[in-house]
Amino acid sequence: MTVLDFINRLLGREKPSGTMARQRLQLVLAHDRSDLNPELLEQMRREILEVVQRYVEIDIESCDVSLETEDRVTALLANLPIKRTREFPLPIGSGKPGGPDTGAKESAASLDNAAENPEAGTASPPATAVTPGADALQDGSAAERGETSAASQP
Amino acid sequence: MDAVTTASARIILICSGKGGVGKTTLTANLGVALARLGKTVAVLDADFGLRNLDLLLGLENRIIYTAQEVLAETCRLDQALVKHKQQPNLALLPAGNPRMLEWLTPEDMQTIARLLAERSDYVLIDAPAGIEQGFKNAAAAAREAIVITTPEVSAVRDADRVIGLLSTMDVKPVQLVLNRVRPKMMANQEMLAVDDVTDILALPLLGLVQEDERVIISTNRGEPLTLEDNPSPAGQAYLNIARRLCGEDIPLIDPSKQRHGLRARLLNKLRKTTGLF
Repeated sequence: MTVLDFINRLLGREKPSGTMARQRLQLVLAHDRSDLNPELLEQMRREILEVVQRYVEIDIESCDVSLETEDRVTALLANLPIKRTREFPLPIGSGKPGGPDTGAKESAASLDNAAENPEAGTASPPATAVTPGADALQDGSAAERGETSAASQP
Repeated sequence: MDAVTTASARIILICSGKGGVGKTTLTANLGVALARLGKTVAVLDADFGLRNLDLLLGLENRIIYTAQEVLAETCRLDQALVKHKQQPNLALLPAGNPRMLEWLTPEDMQTIARLLAERSDYVLIDAPAGIEQGFKNAAAAAREAIVITTPEVSAVRDADRVIGLLSTMDVKPVQLVLNRVRPKMMANQEMLAVDDVTDILALPLLGLVQEDERVIISTNRGEPLTLEDNPSPAGQAYLNIARRLCGEDIPLIDPSKQRHGLRARLLNKLRKTTGLF
C-alpha cells in the first residue's frame, strides 16, 4: 500500500480492495447460484409487481426485488412499500396506465440500478412497470434486452 | 482383502474448479504427510488431459503402466502403482493417455477407486480443473472432498460452482483449504479475509496455507515439502491438514491476525479506534 492509498483510506475516500472483492463476489454468486438469467428475473419481477398492484397501491420508486444469498441459501427478497390498500382488487391483467414498451424498458433499467446499487432506490417513474398481457410482454422483450445490455456496459 | 478395509478407506476428492490454485500440490503434500503419519495412501491422478501429479512427487521416470492398463486388465493394479522412494506407504496410480477422456465413464473411475480402496487407508483423487465430464468422473468415485481455493474473486467464484455440483452428488463432508494466503495483504484489507471466504462458501475450514516460495523450489525438485523434517510454513500447514484429516484437533491460526509490521499494526489500531474505514 502506498502512502497515497493510505491517506485516501484514512479520509474514507477509497474502500479497501478486499472489501470490494467481497461485495462483488456476493453479488455475482447470488446470480450464479440461482439459475435465473437476468431476463427471466426481470420478467418475474414485473409479474410480481403486477399481481401486488392489483391488490394494493405500492410505491414503485422504492420497490426493490433482488436475490440475496446467505449460507449458500439464495432467497428472493421483495421490498414493496404499500401506499394504500385497494377496496376491490383490479381485474387480472390490468395495471396502471403506461405503454407496454416503456414499461419493459423502465423496469429493466430500474433492475439494473437496483443490482448495482441497492441503496440508491430505483429510477423508474411510478406505475409504469406493469405490462398488460403476454403479447405486450413479447413485444417489449426486444427493447428490454437492448436496454439491459446497454445499461450493463461498464 | 476383506470388506472391512474397503469400507473404512477414505476416498477423498481434491478439487478447485479453477486451475492453478494448488490442487496437485495439495494432493502430493497430503499424500506424503499421511504416509508419514503411518497411513497407507494411494494418490490417483484423475487429470488425464494434463497430468502432473507424477512430476510433483518426483515419480515421472518410474511410470510403466497407468490407470488405462488397469482398467483394460492388461496389467495388475500393483504393477501400475508407483511406490514413493522415501515413503513406501505412498503409491501413485498415474493418469493414462489423454485419449482415455473419450471413453472414460464415472463407473470406470469408481472401479479404479474401489481397487485402490482395498489396499489403502486413504485414496486421494487429484481432480482436473473445470466442471466438465473429467471432473464429474473423478467426483463420482469419491466419498468426501476437499475444495482448495485462493483468496481471489475468480478462484472463490469457481470454487462455489464446484461446491454447488458436489452438493448434488453423494459427496460429504466437503471441507475447505485456503491456499496462497498473504497475511500482510489480508491485514491491510487488500485481500479477501479468511472469514470472507469461509462465510461466502459456507464450508468448514480444514487448513490455511501461506504463500511460500519453498513450494516452487520443492516442485522444481519433485520433493513435496512434507518430506522435510523441519518444514517451511506451507509444509507445516500441509502436515496440519493431514493431522486434522486423521481426527487430531489442531487449532487453525489466521496468520493475518497475528503480529506483523508496524505500519499494519498502526493501521489496525486506527481502524479500531476511529471506525472510519
